[in-house]
Amino acid sequence: MAPSEAATEIVVGEFASLSGATASFGQSSHKGTAMAVDEINATGGVLGKKMRLVTEDDQSKPGEAATVVRKLISREHIVALLGEVASSRSLEAAPICQQAGIPMISPASTNPKVTEVGDFIFRVCFIDPFQGTVLSKFALSKNWKRVAILTDVKQDYSVGLSQFFKAHISANGGTVVSEQSYSSGDKDFKAQLTAIKGTTPDVILASGYYTESGLIALQSRELQIAAPLIGGDGWDSPSLVEVGGKAVEGSFFSNHFSVEDPAPEIQAFLKKFNDKYHEQPDAMAALGYDSAMILVDAIKRAGTTEGPKLRDSLAATKDFVAVTGKITLNAQRNADKSAVMLEVRNGQFKYVETVAP
Amino acid sequence: MGSRSSLLICVLVFGVVSALFTGHPESAWPLAQIDDYLLNILIMAGINVILAVSLNIVSGHTGQFSLGHAGFMAVGAYGSAAVTQIGGKAILNALSFLGGAAPTCVFVLSLFVGGSLAAVAGLAVGLPSLRLKGDYLAIVTLGFGEIIRVVIQNTEAVGGARGLTGIPSFTTLGWTWGLAAFCIYCVSALVRSTYGRGFLAVRDDEIAAEAMGVNTTKYKVTAFVVGSFFAGLAGALYAHLIGYITPEGFSFLKSVDVVVMVILGGMGSTLGVTVAACLLTFLNELLRQAEQYRMVAFALLLIVLMILRPQGLLGGIDRWIQARRNRS
Repeated sequence: MAPSEAATEIVVGEFASLSGATASFGQSSHKGTAMAVDEINATGGVLGKKMRLVTEDDQSKPGEAATVVRKLISREHIVALLGEVASSRSLEAAPICQQAGIPMISPASTNPKVTEVGDFIFRVCFIDPFQGTVLSKFALSKNWKRVAILTDVKQDYSVGLSQFFKAHISANGGTVVSEQSYSSGDKDFKAQLTAIKGTTPDVILASGYYTESGLIALQSRELQIAAPLIGGDGWDSPSLVEVGGKAVEGSFFSNHFSVEDPAPEIQAFLKKFNDKYHEQPDAMAALGYDSAMILVDAIKRAGTTEGPKLRDSLAATKDFVAVTGKITLNAQRNADKSAVMLEVRNGQFKYVETVAP
Repeated sequence: MGSRSSLLICVLVFGVVSALFTGHPESAWPLAQIDDYLLNILIMAGINVILAVSLNIVSGHTGQFSLGHAGFMAVGAYGSAAVTQIGGKAILNALSFLGGAAPTCVFVLSLFVGGSLAAVAGLAVGLPSLRLKGDYLAIVTLGFGEIIRVVIQNTEAVGGARGLTGIPSFTTLGWTWGLAAFCIYCVSALVRSTYGRGFLAVRDDEIAAEAMGVNTTKYKVTAFVVGSFFAGLAGALYAHLIGYITPEGFSFLKSVDVVVMVILGGMGSTLGVTVAACLLTFLNELLRQAEQYRMVAFALLLIVLMILRPQGLLGGIDRWIQARRNRS
């Protein structure tokens, strides 16, 4: 890059699944990130320079992420990388960023292994063990001691969530009465649900994504299983209600933030997002926004975009007021922050409580 | 000596030259200026060449339509990663007397293990299924490819659905293109041998071949095992390039990608599929500028090519070269 260019702008890379299997997540987080960058530039940029966001699509395909990240680093000379939602693709990018000394911030990869890659890799979301613990604590607080677990073995996210939920609840007085599995794309869960029904659980954890979880709710009610369902942030989509209808009423799930939260920063974010895109933001959009804002904050404090200094500055992030809660980056470069529990009521996701780390 | 040997020489020279010059970032040679991105594409092209040429021996030369190539690639990737990542330290310690060459030895061992495991998987799949023909065989290989993937998905020892992380990045341009050259050489030599005549006989008319006393099952299984071995090598190179593998990366769609390369290049033409594999890898990157229209443009190009050249990009080129040679 020519020095004159370097003087006028700060280039930030983003890789996202704008097309392919998890396109909805990638597009949401991209909208949030792009909005944050526009906002920063509207208020004068960072360190007196404009920020330029270069986005590459990885098509939700394994292998593509590594290629586009190499392109961003060697062709666009980015100072930092934002992305990805899916842990599997963040794990491809992380070693490349670590080796190149480019700080990377993942908005929503919850697999603990992502930040274990090295000291240049950060995230702004909570991790699977924490979410598993939150769900387990919530179940225990409702006095649901007998739990059944239904895992999507095709999704690393679901496998991890189930594993950590099981570990916590078994250690804290609960019993896992049944463990069943399925694969993304399955439509019929009656065999698993019949097996679960026989063990009379108090609650069923459906740790997969919204489409299957909606169907699971529907079919569990058809089989007259009265136990409520709980799930993780993979449930966060209007499709959950579209698929599950009345059957998902009274179910709970953990999430990164709630649009009902009256906190001023959340309401301000909602308004800005609505004005720009004419739609409600979801958790991925909020996390995408936060990842960019944390980066800007770190660049400001570092006073430079040099990799090692920026990394140290990011690592020192403390009590940063973000849309998805107060974020402190801990020694493992993960975000210590709260989660919210939501209940599905009248087809909407109602705020129940905030669970502190 | 035909077009294949000249192609082989080109690939070998390219492999050696690139291996010599890309290892040193400070080197003054122009080739050393290749940035990380271009290097990555060149390596991916090499891996795709191995995949396409190895599938070509099954689909092109022997005429058996297989949709399970990604499954064998997965076996190779996981098998080799098991050597370097899971058994890495222990093996390194055992080989410590080799000094600085130890990591390379581990890598070579892992490549061999990956390829061999894939070949064994190929034998296990091939023996029962190659008695079937055409569509039935396609369905069976598709099924086996998926079975391999699902088994890996449910094997916690190799990470299950969460994938296997922390695989050392041993793959270099030299290794990739060197092995690509080795693959092209083996396939070319095999096709020209007695075995190769058997493959072609099976492809052209299986019943006639059988009537002439050709053991068709033996030839089909041989082609399948050789193809699987090289698919396993490609998988091993891929695993040590990306450093992280998930079962999702070896789905049916990956097999289809390879089938497209073979069909586009021209069934049975080693030169053709080599060119097609490189072309498709680069095209995929060049079309990045088209953003969301990329896949549309990609598909359109394929359709146009198939209408203009149904025999594939270079289908029949080998025969054409041979004919010209004979005339002169």
